[in-house]
Amino acid sequence: MHIPDGFIDGTTSLGAGVIAAGGVGGALRQSAARLKDRQIPLAGLVAAFVFVLQMLNFPVLPGMSGHLLGGALAAILMGPSVAVVVVSVVIILQAMLFADGGVSALGLNLINMAVVTTLSGWFMFRLVRAPFRPSRRAVLGASFVAATLSVVVSAVMFVVEYAIGGVGGVNLFNVLLLMAGSHLLIGIGEGFITVAVVGAVLQARPDLVFGASDLRAEGSPRLPMKRFWILAGVAAAMLVSLTVFASSNPDGLQWVAEQTGLAQEAQGSLIATSPLSNYGAAGLSDGAGRIVAAAVGMVVTFLLGWLTFTILRRRSPV
Amino acid sequence: MSGGHAHALHIHGHSVVHRLPGHLKVAALFLFVVAVVATPARAVWAFGLYASVLGLVAGLAGVPVRFIARRMLVEVPFLAFALLLPLVGEGPFLEFGGVRLSEAGVLAAWTILAKGSCGVVGSILLAATTEIPNILAGLNRLRAPKAIVAIAGFMVRYLEVISGEMARMRVAMAARGYEPKAFWQVKALATSAGALFIRSYERGERVYMAMVARGYAGSMPTFGDVLTSTADVVRALALPGLAVITAAVALVVSG
Repeated sequence: MHIPDGFIDGTTSLGAGVIAAGGVGGALRQSAARLKDRQIPLAGLVAAFVFVLQMLNFPVLPGMSGHLLGGALAAILMGPSVAVVVVSVVIILQAMLFADGGVSALGLNLINMAVVTTLSGWFMFRLVRAPFRPSRRAVLGASFVAATLSVVVSAVMFVVEYAIGGVGGVNLFNVLLLMAGSHLLIGIGEGFITVAVVGAVLQARPDLVFGASDLRAEGSPRLPMKRFWILAGVAAAMLVSLTVFASSNPDGLQWVAEQTGLAQEAQGSLIATSPLSNYGAAGLSDGAGRIVAAAVGMVVTFLLGWLTFTILRRRSPV
Repeated sequence: MSGGHAHALHIHGHSVVHRLPGHLKVAALFLFVVAVVATPARAVWAFGLYASVLGLVAGLAGVPVRFIARRMLVEVPFLAFALLLPLVGEGPFLEFGGVRLSEAGVLAAWTILAKGSCGVVGSILLAATTEIPNILAGLNRLRAPKAIVAIAGFMVRYLEVISGEMARMRVAMAARGYEPKAFWQVKALATSAGALFIRSYERGERVYMAMVARGYAGSMPTFGDVLTSTADVVRALALPGLAVITAAVALVVSG
């Protein structure tokens, strides 16, 4: 996800730099009260934690792995403004020391990974929690949704930037569809890890979870393992259905590239026997086929989501 | 690697490049990268010049080519993306050895390859020739927000402690016969990440207490403010300045 130099043109990068500076500056001002001297060593250690977390690659599909962005997690644990500052530090040092993400693309990377991921994650977290009574379950459910969608939003943000100042005459609709699709998978992984991390912290030091500060430490029951496994099973089924769109590749971005390539070149695919392979339903023209494929994917995803909800509702004592 | 205290990204040395003050090197890197990005991709000669500028700096600083090559691996995912662009781009097309390549795609791939590589090598050289405290001090002198630089300082200082802790947890897990590799085992990884967060946070609290006990009152003392001579400024900005001129010429020539 780290954009290198030259991927997006200079003007756009510069504009993004200005916007990112505004965003990070705003977050700094917002968090100034909490970041008084006491919090600075703490924020530094949490930044180191996020950095280590980003090195953690997790398998999404056989042959395709994603790494954690950690924006939503940071927001849930520390509150949005401190989280933006902490993740920004991580991104800046990655560009300057580790050559991960270009120096001129720093603004773009800050927007995608520090500002948008974190703030959209926090927004979703609040949104999903809003209708429920404060409980451990509500916090964890909201964490999952927030983390998953924050990754997709970040991917869409990348496509927006690519549309404004990207190089190469690739069909933007394909890029959007495939970036969002592949990052939904990565997002689900991010969601699971975020839930587990938030759950673990909630159990040991509930006072450290900013997003659950309204939760009383005692009377909140633990999420039953059985329900966790049901959730995991449904999500796995979701993964399998989405596998239809995927071939095996080491990184989401690469995967997108290959998929757009397949659409043009009609090369063989590992899953060529599937009717939805190559992202175009068989026997239809290119554009229409892809839309059908996307629609089928969306319906399947929706059905699985609905199924999850029904199972959860039937099992929770009301 | 060289000394026990040295960072793995750093190549110890006393060259001209090593001795330049941090803020000038950071500014030089920014200037260089901006020049590279502003250069029209069709001006291939300009990129040859940039590459020789980087080569000159690496040579002066004594940074081995193999070190640079190994660290350039971070670029690989985007390079793979770049190399696919000629195949997936839209027309007009070129015929090359029986393969149909998109003209825009080829140009885009070259752009990413050339500009991305220049940026990556620039950053590698900065990290290789500048100790991290000097980079942070440089950022401070360049008026980066104080809180950001302070947090970055702590992050860098504890990065290896935290990643070491993570590694020990994984070793402990493996020692007990459990090595999560598949997706459904992700909970084990995430639980250790949760434990890691708590450990990091609590360590942060302890670090703060220890600092207060030693008289910390809100800002870190700075030692030996580096004096900047005009000669240093000239030395640091000579090569990026050359890059800027090159970019300007390339812009005029290629319209």
